[in-house]
Amino acid sequence: MSKTVGVDIGSTTAKVVVMEGDDILFQCYERHFSQVRQKTLEIFQRASMILGDEPFTVAISGSAGLGVAKAADVPFVQEVFATSELVRKRIPDADAAIELGGEDAKILFFDRSGRFEERMNGSCAGGTGAFIDQMATLLAVRPGELDALAMDHKFIYTIASRCGVFAKTDIEPLLNQGARKEDIAASIFQAVVDQTISGLAQGRRIQGKVLFLGGPLYFFKSLQQRFVETLHLTPENAVFPSFGLYSVSMGAAIYAMEEGKTMTYAELVGKLEAAKDETVTTLRLEPLFENEAEYDAFLKRHTEADVERANPDEYVGRAYLGIDCGSTTTKLCLMDDDYRLLYSYYNSNKGNPVQVVREQLLKIYELCGDRIVIAGAAVTGYGEDLIKNAFSVDMGLVETMAHLRAARHFNPQVDFVLDIGGQDIKCFKIRNGAIDNIVLNEACSSGCGSFIETFAKSMGYDVASFAKEGLFAKHPVDLGTRCTVFMNSSVKQAQKEGATLGDISAGLSMSVTKNAIYKVIRAVSKDVLGEHIVVQGGTILNDAILRGFEREIGREVIRPSISGLMGAYGAALYAKELGLEQSAMMGVEELKTFKHTSKTVTCGRCNNNCNLTINIFDGNRRFISGNRCEKPLGIKQTRKVPNMFQYKLEKIRALKGVDGGLGKIGIPMGLNMYENIPFWHAFLTRLGFEVVLSDVSTRALYRLGQDTIPSDTACYPAKLMHGHIKNLLDKGITRIFYPCLPYNFDEKVGDNHYNCPVVAYYPELLDANMDDLKAVKFYRGYLGIHRERNFPEKAYEFFKDEFNFPKKLVKQAAKEAYAAYDKWEADIREEGKRTIEYARKNGMKIIVLAGRPYHVDPEINHGLDKLLTSLDLAIVTEDAVAHLGHAGRVKVLNQWTYHARLYNAAQYVTTQKDMELIQIVSFGCGIDAITTDEVRAILEDGGKLYTQLKIDEINNLSAIRIRIRSLLAALAVQDAQQKEKEGTAIHG
Amino acid sequence: MAKLEYAKDGRLLFTKEMRDEGYTILAPNMLPMHFKLFQKAFALHGYNIIPLETMGREIINEGLKNVHNDTCYPALLVIGQLIHALKSGKYDPNKTALMITQTGGGCRASNYIFLLRKALKKSGMENIPVISLNLSGMEKNPGFQLTFSLIKKLVYSIVYGDLLLLLSNQTRPYELVEGDTDRMIEQWVETLSQEYKSAKNVTYRRVKQNLDRILKDFASIPTDRSEEKIRVGIVGEIYVKYSPLGNNNLEEFLRSEDVEVVLPGLMDFVIFKVDNRKVDPTLYGGNHLKHAVASWFENYLIGWEDDMIEAVKKYPQFRPPARFSDTKELVKNYMGYGNKMGEGWLLTGEMLELVHSGCENVVCTQPFGCLPNHVAGKGMIRKIRENNPNANIVAIDYDPGATAINQENRIKLMIANARRMKKLEAKEAQKKSKKAPAKAKKTAKPSAGTK
Repeated sequence: MSKTVGVDIGSTTAKVVVMEGDDILFQCYERHFSQVRQKTLEIFQRASMILGDEPFTVAISGSAGLGVAKAADVPFVQEVFATSELVRKRIPDADAAIELGGEDAKILFFDRSGRFEERMNGSCAGGTGAFIDQMATLLAVRPGELDALAMDHKFIYTIASRCGVFAKTDIEPLLNQGARKEDIAASIFQAVVDQTISGLAQGRRIQGKVLFLGGPLYFFKSLQQRFVETLHLTPENAVFPSFGLYSVSMGAAIYAMEEGKTMTYAELVGKLEAAKDETVTTLRLEPLFENEAEYDAFLKRHTEADVERANPDEYVGRAYLGIDCGSTTTKLCLMDDDYRLLYSYYNSNKGNPVQVVREQLLKIYELCGDRIVIAGAAVTGYGEDLIKNAFSVDMGLVETMAHLRAARHFNPQVDFVLDIGGQDIKCFKIRNGAIDNIVLNEACSSGCGSFIETFAKSMGYDVASFAKEGLFAKHPVDLGTRCTVFMNSSVKQAQKEGATLGDISAGLSMSVTKNAIYKVIRAVSKDVLGEHIVVQGGTILNDAILRGFEREIGREVIRPSISGLMGAYGAALYAKELGLEQSAMMGVEELKTFKHTSKTVTCGRCNNNCNLTINIFDGNRRFISGNRCEKPLGIKQTRKVPNMFQYKLEKIRALKGVDGGLGKIGIPMGLNMYENIPFWHAFLTRLGFEVVLSDVSTRALYRLGQDTIPSDTACYPAKLMHGHIKNLLDKGITRIFYPCLPYNFDEKVGDNHYNCPVVAYYPELLDANMDDLKAVKFYRGYLGIHRERNFPEKAYEFFKDEFNFPKKLVKQAAKEAYAAYDKWEADIREEGKRTIEYARKNGMKIIVLAGRPYHVDPEINHGLDKLLTSLDLAIVTEDAVAHLGHAGRVKVLNQWTYHARLYNAAQYVTTQKDMELIQIVSFGCGIDAITTDEVRAILEDGGKLYTQLKIDEINNLSAIRIRIRSLLAALAVQDAQQKEKEGTAIHG
Repeated sequence: MAKLEYAKDGRLLFTKEMRDEGYTILAPNMLPMHFKLFQKAFALHGYNIIPLETMGREIINEGLKNVHNDTCYPALLVIGQLIHALKSGKYDPNKTALMITQTGGGCRASNYIFLLRKALKKSGMENIPVISLNLSGMEKNPGFQLTFSLIKKLVYSIVYGDLLLLLSNQTRPYELVEGDTDRMIEQWVETLSQEYKSAKNVTYRRVKQNLDRILKDFASIPTDRSEEKIRVGIVGEIYVKYSPLGNNNLEEFLRSEDVEVVLPGLMDFVIFKVDNRKVDPTLYGGNHLKHAVASWFENYLIGWEDDMIEAVKKYPQFRPPARFSDTKELVKNYMGYGNKMGEGWLLTGEMLELVHSGCENVVCTQPFGCLPNHVAGKGMIRKIRENNPNANIVAIDYDPGATAINQENRIKLMIANARRMKKLEAKEAQKKSKKAPAKAKKTAKPSAGTK
């Protein structure tokens, strides 16, 4: 029997097996660091003894294998197909195989007839080896250690599983709140499992005998455990084969026996050696710097924005401490009375910022001796609350204010600040001395700084030397401007085409820059940004990125030498302004004995079921984080803050069914039902049905239906519907009413009154993907509530086959339904009026929290309404005030009912001094790409700030908190200026 | 430069003066053959339209700069392409207008024209008028009229285009001399372009004659059809389905994989959009006059489809296109005809039609996050497979960041699967034929998989 060889070149590793019959004679698994052809050659040379001079058959597979296959003139076999070959030959009774690779995730379903059905991760999906690596970096452990940590978990947090960027947003606050690393580690693996099931299974249940293949599933025992538990597999049905790592290469080898090419060692190696790298097709960019001289001039210009340093050993007097506890790094600045820097620190927070700050404080105290008195301390950043409470820091402030304060120190005229950190890009304009327009990156485009870091590491470099490689690269690759998952594949493509490391490094830097400009700031020209631009943040310390930025906007900017420390420096400036004699911060003795432990509990005081982290300092001081409202803190709010989100939700939940003789009919409470429920409730009740609503959404309810979701990129509100159907079925409901509704009520304000395509047709998707619905009667036909005149007739036909209601009854029911809806709408408006009056009487700011009707669902809004009320902001919904506004002709086609309300509500807000509008947008809502720009324009034309909150499955409000606090801070400055103006007007 | 005139709502109009001055009207492109004929048809009515054929990353970059990045990919491309062209310096900004289609449905696509105007304003080119091309009577312009005479010529162009598309896809994989098919297309596009110079040549009778002539010419290309290639259908959101700019040259890629591409023509989509006009009155009640007008026009279009099918049928080597009514019938158990935003039920229908007609391998294309496709595309694949176990459908997303390598990898898998199934079927057939003599009577029933 002759030998057969299978080669699998994945995104990060190369695997080669030599087989003879069923025996493996040689196997090799190595990272290729993008040197694909060379690595393959190297492995073959190592196998030369085994291969000998006899001819063998060979085939190549893997996502990065195509180029090599072409070069060596060897047949290429698609990797999933290769796996299926192997499974059919080796484990013919398998029902499914799950294979996770470096960047790919796949599920294969087999049936007995030899067919298989495959799923590969879409273009928006992490949950793979690269994701786990990235998460390990975040926790400052090696991937193997992450696995070990997870074995000791006690609790699993909800971590968004869609992709790395989302997950990070969840993990970092957990870290900063002091959650146990063991629990976070296990939660990361659980996120991978959830992603695989919801993102890949797409409506097909994973059951029977399941094979687990690929690197991550081979190496990580915790990941194995999470899969087995989640899928409820018995030991004999969960197969982790010893060849798990080599499944694709073995599949290729098996394929080669039939379809491969017969070659000798000398022929193959000869071809690989002679092969040239493919010609370039990826678009290339101009080099960052033509030569050293250009670079030197650039450096010289930027060293001008410097902060003087003073020797702490010599200085005597007062000093001010600023702490910036960021998402990935912790920064400290000690500043003297003349704004000179006595000491600074910038480092990863190592997953435990409390410990890092404690060590630093001790060091600073030692440095101060009895010469320097710390006269004030302020803390900012993600971990602000935690650090402030742990060490009794004098002041806490939102990071945007800290950054602005520091930027002003370098250029008092600054009108635009851009901060690119490890995790987030934030920028704001300054108009009339106030922060005018804050833009934070949405979950989808973030992760830029740490992406470069992780990427550099995967190539075997640290960030600094990786960046250096790019400075003089001749042909930087154009990698586009999207999220990291996309960039990974673009890099892959460029590597395939022979781009050098430098080209990729420079290309990545340019991408980060373009991301900031086009994705986040969304600027068309440099004039939109401003004249005096200050750039800062750890990532911009990278000269390649700074150069890219200046090049892209065509303007020179200021990068302070302490660019990474600006938050901390700004905090120190604020600390100075406090004017204290001495800081009340924890002293040396206390610090020495300081102890910090944390544990996790679920709050359970309301539907949000917040995961609370209870930090205990020194055994007796408690600090609770992760909460949305004041309830778990045991503080009674002194006065009631009105919340129309709550009001609307309670009003809906108060609807009860009445036994009318026809039995129960279930309604899934989601999407447009939040709008139409009073109508349907009245209508169906009158017809004689007992209306039963599905329960209020929760994460658990979502999980019930998650394995039947066919399109993972649909919005979360839509995906929740699967859980609501399940919930109704679990209640034993046998009739479910959820008609297709392309049109909403005609409110006669827009050009048309459509629902969005997802809302309009989702019942059809549920019908096609939820097998359980076959067992019940599912009313999913089309109805038109927009035509009151024709509705009774059409509704009569809708039920005719089954019930043949008297026409008169249907007519009466319709009449009552329209009346019920009108009454409901009037009541919402009335409640809006009451709320506004109450807020005004009590001097509260009023927030019009504008979105879609279903945003009052607590699982969709994640309790952000409670966050607002805890900040003393009264909440009014957009439908309560829309009728008061007149947006007139908007610049887009105004054809969706819900949108017309947004525009009118926004216009109304511009006429009210004490009102602000915050727009809630669901991730994946394509239509809001249109509304957001328009709402912004209406508000800004009316002199208001625009704030947008983008929400998804992410169950964490940290980023939202920053936005809202920044908004409040900006408003406070505006108010102060207004008063000052009025003051001068009176006195002048 | 003509005087700028505005409608009551502040919209910049395309005036008669502009038309008479011979303004260049730039338009996006989807199907190069069709659009070349459209261009000629418009020219006969005094409009100087140029469907853009530019490609490249710069277009995407221009789109990124000018359109909200979460807007669908076709909007980004189309607007990027138009702005890119305006900035290229090739066209006199004082003598140029733009044209874009507007469907008026509940999909985001109805908003392209507004996004385009916003983009023009952002780039300081708000003095360039934009013409909306639609059948709903939205946004009228004094200098542009979609007369029936013009509509007829556009319909003829669709008939020609669809036929050329169909024949080239069915001939190219089997041609003996490489390039024969492409040369034939070129020749016919040239012939038709010449004919379109005079309105006298663009008539019902002439088109009917030409259908036969085209068929005859394509049938004369020497081919070897002894081994049938694997057929792969393309369906999806209309722009990424057709436009090489939108789908990373999908057709070309499939050809390089040695398969026969099956690309349903444009006519079905047009009939679908007209058919939709009848749906609302039926489902929700209301205006029956509109219903009657739509019915008449739909029958006119269906008449052309019938003519084309009848013509193709005369040549057994070619498969005629599907009948709209048949495609519509197939959807019945899947969704209601009220599903009409975007490609609506037609998308599901085309997948089903392909699968039922033996082209079981399908690429379903959509822009990333395409709203209607969540339901009519990805949302229906599971059920289609459940009812047709041989269906081999792959859904591919397109957006500015998606790379060809990832898309192609998925398509390669689908093709590998198809090849394997074909082999299995061949083996089965062989087994059966070997056993056949003994049990001849019992195996008379045709096997399910073969047609």
